[in-house]
Amino acid sequence: MSTTEHSEHIDSDTGKLGMWLFLFTELFLFGGLFIVYAVMRSKYAADFHHAALELNAFIGATNTVVLLVSSMTVAMSLTAIQQKKAGKAMGLLLITLILAGVFMVNKYFEWGHKFEIHLYPGSDVMKSMPHGEIMFFGLYYMMTGLHAIHVIIGGILLTVVIFKINSGKINAEHYLLQENSALYWHLVDLIWIFLFPLLYLIT
Amino acid sequence: MKNHDNHISSDSANWTVLLILLILTTLSILAIKIHVGAFTVALALLLASVKVTIVLTYFMHLKFENLLLRLMVGGVFLLFAIVIAITFIDYYFR
Amino acid sequence: MTNTVTKEPLNYLNHETGLWSWLTSTDHKRIGLLYMYSITVFFCVAAILGLLMRIEKMAPGQTIMTAQTYNGMFTIHGIIMIFIVVIPGLAAVFGNIFLPIMIGAKDVAFPKLNLFSWYLFMTGAMLGLYSQFANGHSPDTGWTFYVPYSAEASSNVVVALTAAFVLGFASILTGLNFIVTIHRMRAPGMTWFRMPLFPWSLYATAWIQLLATPIVGITLLMVIAERTLHIGFFDPSLGGDPVLYQHLFWIYSHPAVYVMILPAMGVVTEIFPTFSQKPVFGYVPIVFSSMAIALVGYFVWGHHMFTSGMSYESRWFFSFLTFLVAIPSAIKVFNWLSTMYGGSVDLKPPLLFAISFIFLFTIGGFTGLALGSLATNIQLHNTEFVVAHFHYIIFGGMGFAFFAAIHYWFPKIYGRMYSFKWANISWGFLFVGFNLLYFPLFIVGIQGMPRRYFDYDPKFQLGEALSTIGAFILIIGLIGMITNLIYHSRRGAIAPANPWHGVTLEWQIPSPPPHENFDEIPVITHEPYRFDHPHTN
Repeated sequence: MSTTEHSEHIDSDTGKLGMWLFLFTELFLFGGLFIVYAVMRSKYAADFHHAALELNAFIGATNTVVLLVSSMTVAMSLTAIQQKKAGKAMGLLLITLILAGVFMVNKYFEWGHKFEIHLYPGSDVMKSMPHGEIMFFGLYYMMTGLHAIHVIIGGILLTVVIFKINSGKINAEHYLLQENSALYWHLVDLIWIFLFPLLYLIT
Repeated sequence: MKNHDNHISSDSANWTVLLILLILTTLSILAIKIHVGAFTVALALLLASVKVTIVLTYFMHLKFENLLLRLMVGGVFLLFAIVIAITFIDYYFR
Repeated sequence: MTNTVTKEPLNYLNHETGLWSWLTSTDHKRIGLLYMYSITVFFCVAAILGLLMRIEKMAPGQTIMTAQTYNGMFTIHGIIMIFIVVIPGLAAVFGNIFLPIMIGAKDVAFPKLNLFSWYLFMTGAMLGLYSQFANGHSPDTGWTFYVPYSAEASSNVVVALTAAFVLGFASILTGLNFIVTIHRMRAPGMTWFRMPLFPWSLYATAWIQLLATPIVGITLLMVIAERTLHIGFFDPSLGGDPVLYQHLFWIYSHPAVYVMILPAMGVVTEIFPTFSQKPVFGYVPIVFSSMAIALVGYFVWGHHMFTSGMSYESRWFFSFLTFLVAIPSAIKVFNWLSTMYGGSVDLKPPLLFAISFIFLFTIGGFTGLALGSLATNIQLHNTEFVVAHFHYIIFGGMGFAFFAAIHYWFPKIYGRMYSFKWANISWGFLFVGFNLLYFPLFIVGIQGMPRRYFDYDPKFQLGEALSTIGAFILIIGLIGMITNLIYHSRRGAIAPANPWHGVTLEWQIPSPPPHENFDEIPVITHEPYRFDHPHTN
């Protein structure tokens, strides 16, 4: 706790605490949507079951696996940098980015298909549906949309990390940025772990 | 910003964690096939919570962090649970 | 540095000059002042809107503005005052300037993030102003943005919602910064229970900022999505639930009241020991009451919704918890009074404002209990009684604490002293004006005068007219106070480093503080507020 030496840099425990606090705010940001989900689901249980049939559980499951694997590669990359294996660390992050890309492509096709059959908020198809299903798809779009934005932000962060490892700014001694970006990426995974059963598996 | 005395998880540990997470995912997909009625959601949420705990503990290194941070994380989830519960005092009785 | 011949020694105000050096400064003291200047400007704008509204209500019928203009004005008055002035207020201004100094640090944990917060804050504030003046008419939903009206109104609601979202983000980052600062940057020897009480109150506040603000963030996004994408979570015609919006909104906005009032309590807790030259009474209970207020305050949001159609069970639950919050608040009041008891009380302007804080906050608190009871709430909800109540809490509480804080720390911030005479006279106008402005509203509220109306039944005219007169007196007091402070910030007599004989760390360094606060990080050996032993520094 003592601050005997003062440097321009932020020490790693301080930086990590800051990141964790930021993750708390992210959890509560999604938390608001989970409250809406809980209320709406308790109100329209049958409609939610019916609407969830419309979602492709296979794509959902694939994306779950993709994110879980990417979470591991991020964790392994951190191990690699701690063990001074910069090349391996970059390789693993690259794999993570590719997995993030796979996730987004899946998402694109998933959303694209729904737009093709005019299943989006405000469409005539949707307006004619029962109330509970409108709520379900509203939540589906809002939650997966907000999550996708976080995937993109996480991807950008990891890209920056790759460049910094390459230039040697992140190394076995100083890897706070990589640690924090990894934490962010795990959060993206963590949110999805809740979204997947709540949206795809309640049929 | 020198990192020191940080835990380094081995690759094999990471693989093990992933394996467990994948098994739990498979379980949660299978769980919807056996119709347990009203408990479907409860079961899905329970499995999700276990997975989240594993991610927090191992991938996010909470196991190796100080007690204070672990308490904070626990407190945040608890706070959220209380907020949902209080909201439902309204919706459940309405 | 010694070879430059300057009248004043180098300090944070003069070690670099020019506007650019301020706009790019990561010095917590300069960022605090940036907040103070911007907040003061916005406060004056919103206060003028308030005065105009009062003039409109001088007499029944339309006097100076149409109903639509009035609706826009109370909305923008609320948005500015709540989101731009009082929520950041004490924490962002005095928290920034004094938190690091009081815990013996050279800066906050993330200085760049701190500056970034200010830019976010200004972006949000500008968006808020833009929503008022952009084409189309200004938002007229009230600062609460209640659906379904906010989802349908044709005014610039989306801009105002975005503004509130951005301001919330700035508030989150400030809170985050403070928590990390308090955890990681305390001087050697400063254990948690050797930390002064203003930092403690900021700590409690920061947790609320961190954990409640995201909820309103997502809620405002949902309303934006409702308006732009027709998602309809709150639209009954699509199956949505408007009451759910109120839940989500107040899950943040009630704790936000504690974001305003906790630092205010922290400020006066610093002032009472200093001006009584006596240790604070009940240090530990004050600490725990701050944390208790933060915690329980998170669970009482429903008392804003007693008439919104919640279930009976949740109404009594929220009513019960609301009464519970009164306990830690009352503990603090007793502690302040006991701190003064038997001390050598020195009635200087800061103490004058701090004592009026107790008086006004207590009135606000007691009327809050009237609103927290289910039976009386039905009668009083949506009357001007509520308006009077929350102005007593927010303006009488947080506002007067802000005035107390600026009079207390002014000599430290500028190294100069204001005129006591003018401060006292301005206080007189503020105190009399404030009570004349808001007290009659309690009475007309009980008589049934609804809030947010630009017109009223002639039978309310006496109360309404008195209130308007009060507004003018209050404005005179404000002008007097601000002029006194601005004038003497440059021309006042040079203030000593410790004019009030305070014992916390900020009084042990020169006025104005040097750029890096401390030449040498102090080592703390005892608890704060010990007046018997001269401070070892």
